[in-house]
Amino acid sequence: MFKGILTRIKQGYKTIEFPDGGKAPALSTRFKGLPFLDSEKCPENCNRCSEACSVDAISHKIIDLGRCIFCDDCLQACPFEAITFSADYRLAVRKREDLLVKPLQKEIALAEELDKQLRRIFGRSLHLRQVSAGGCNACEADINVLSTIGWDIGRFGIKFVASPRHADGLLITGPVTKNMEMALMKTYEAVPEPKLVIVVGACAISGGIYADNIHTHSGVGSLLPIDLFVPGCPPQPLTILDGLLRLTGRLEKGSDLFSKPDPFSKKIEFY
Amino acid sequence: MKQTDAAFAVVANNCTIPVSDIPLHPFVVFERLILDAVAADQRVSALFGVVSQKSGKLELYVVLSDDAQNQINICRAEVSGSGYPSLTPKIPQAHLFEREIAEQFGILPEGHPWLKPVRYCASWSGKDAWNRTADEPIVPAVTDFYRVEGEQIHEVAVGPVHAGVIEPGHFRFQCHGELMYHVEIALGYQYRGIEEAMLGERKNRNIHYIETAAGDTTVGHTITYCQIIEALSHTQKPARAQVIRGIALELERIANHIGDLGALAGDVGYLPTSSFCGRIRGDFLNITALICGNRFGRGLVVPGGTGYDLDDSMISEILTRLAVLHQEARDAVNLLWITPSVMARFEDTGILTNEFAIKMGITGPAARAAGVGRDIRYDQPSGVYRFSQVPVSTCESGDVFARAFVRWMEIEQSLEFITAQLKALSKGSIRVAYGKLEPESLSLALNEGWRGEICHVAITNTDGGFARYKIVDPSFHNWIGLAQVLRNEEISDFPLCNKSFNLSYCGHDL
Repeated sequence: MFKGILTRIKQGYKTIEFPDGGKAPALSTRFKGLPFLDSEKCPENCNRCSEACSVDAISHKIIDLGRCIFCDDCLQACPFEAITFSADYRLAVRKREDLLVKPLQKEIALAEELDKQLRRIFGRSLHLRQVSAGGCNACEADINVLSTIGWDIGRFGIKFVASPRHADGLLITGPVTKNMEMALMKTYEAVPEPKLVIVVGACAISGGIYADNIHTHSGVGSLLPIDLFVPGCPPQPLTILDGLLRLTGRLEKGSDLFSKPDPFSKKIEFY
Repeated sequence: MKQTDAAFAVVANNCTIPVSDIPLHPFVVFERLILDAVAADQRVSALFGVVSQKSGKLELYVVLSDDAQNQINICRAEVSGSGYPSLTPKIPQAHLFEREIAEQFGILPEGHPWLKPVRYCASWSGKDAWNRTADEPIVPAVTDFYRVEGEQIHEVAVGPVHAGVIEPGHFRFQCHGELMYHVEIALGYQYRGIEEAMLGERKNRNIHYIETAAGDTTVGHTITYCQIIEALSHTQKPARAQVIRGIALELERIANHIGDLGALAGDVGYLPTSSFCGRIRGDFLNITALICGNRFGRGLVVPGGTGYDLDDSMISEILTRLAVLHQEARDAVNLLWITPSVMARFEDTGILTNEFAIKMGITGPAARAAGVGRDIRYDQPSGVYRFSQVPVSTCESGDVFARAFVRWMEIEQSLEFITAQLKALSKGSIRVAYGKLEPESLSLALNEGWRGEICHVAITNTDGGFARYKIVDPSFHNWIGLAQVLRNEEISDFPLCNKSFNLSYCGHDL
């Protein structure tokens, strides 16, 4: 008992301050956030990035964050350094088309908060049932991490619950395997109205690596209406938290807390 | 032993041999050879079907690990007609492999005691082992389950969507009050068809399939895949890259083990360790992210070496963080062993016997906790483990405590290993180019992932593309171990036993 208390004191207070006045925690300098395509560096008729991309995330110099798995394939294929990934972890949006990043585009339309009525219901208390439908346990692990003391998502009234009947919505990962389709749909039906659907990870948004696979769907989109898209493979926990806070209107306007001035200034070293 | 030498293609880990060099036996000889090998303490690392590129007929390949001799034995047999005499009654560790072969090729292991689908997917050959028609929908877990009958016996069904943020699976408990007589686990919900997707000409997506085969074992599976590509292309990878791979693999092991120790504490309601370890796990993932930008090591391991290098400032940063985390982890975890209410739940719960572990081919910490000292890093070492050995951590009691304690011992060994490797990191390049893959060859790689033995076997076609890519995640061996230890336990101990194994659903389903 005494040792337990002593250890507790030694471990200290570990919950991140974000977003209450504190800065977002520092991420790895090699973290890949929002990509940027400098089309001015592209020679004519060059298509190397699109060809190298295994998930068809780049076409006509438009990067689809819903497909992108934030790997190194395009970076290594491009000798002109036209593509860079910034440190900007804020990637969650409300509409699928907002995930398309056009050439020279440095900002995306980040998720807007729910309308007044829904915010009144979910703004201070959002209980989610998580469903993994072919997720590889990476997205699941980084969702789980939000419930640890490091992030303590409970302080925002957000909680993962066991029963869909106790939930305000689903948080779905994975491309939706054919073998999970029925269970996913039944779980959705069991959630009382009004309900939200949040999809986390490239798989759940577009199928990701498993897009166009005969044993899976290409994401949740063809099955359910989606309220929030969180891209990544898997998304940084901070990206997921940022998305949930924006959706519930818990991030005050102007308090983006993202380290300024230019998130695009850093260069990722790779070999 | 001369006869055995001629009976098998005898290879080392990370080998490549022409398919024509693998002895092809009549089935009766094949069966005899496996029986003798298993009787001589060899393990079935893989048993799978391959449609021969020459004859078009189905061949069964067996990969037997001979840990004592530090070698791997491979042979094959042709099966014709609709089936073959099942190996399972004599070699129980073949049980799930034979079900898998039946599901994939429609070839029946005659006399198999529990012949059911594994992943609930359509047959690859068009021939269905259960005579289902092509338009009949295949729904996971819609099947007969083992049942215990009796007046007061009741059945509890859980899943596929169960409490917690966790992958889907279906569990059927046969209970008498609180007591579980039997548990049957039905998986397949995560089936994405990775083995099929890998086939044919080389695709950019292949490595990403492997990275997500079991997302919490990204490094383990990707190293194994890259070793196969390197063996098939005769690529000599740089020493520095091999060390970085080893560091990444041990970081993955630590992060998962520490997370599970926290979760075990949570399952017995001991919240201090649960809270501390949840956070500490994240900090280990952040070290992997420091190296490659991704917390799970995506992009870190690539064919020909590693995608990222470490510089001196990064090395000292990692060493500093490790020292702090080691102390914090020690404080947090040691609370478990000195808290009677925790130990009362851990000890004598979910006992996996040494005999069962050997018989069923259980692998990883679960086997080591039952006194089975198998560890690929020691038995069949590759890469950096050929030069720097990690001591094998074992326990005798086989209960939840043993599985927890083995994990803790492994965390300490891994920390020591990483620290030593970082301090003595050789100079040089981290990545070399690799060329064409050898056609019509078989390559094999084994690694000790955090859950246990990861085995990949690839067979190339005439163009050097994959004609077969077999993945055996440790979970494939170990799910039966979980089902076994639950017998005669209380149903309230299910979460605790489950977490002490913490098996992968997608690694099993692929």
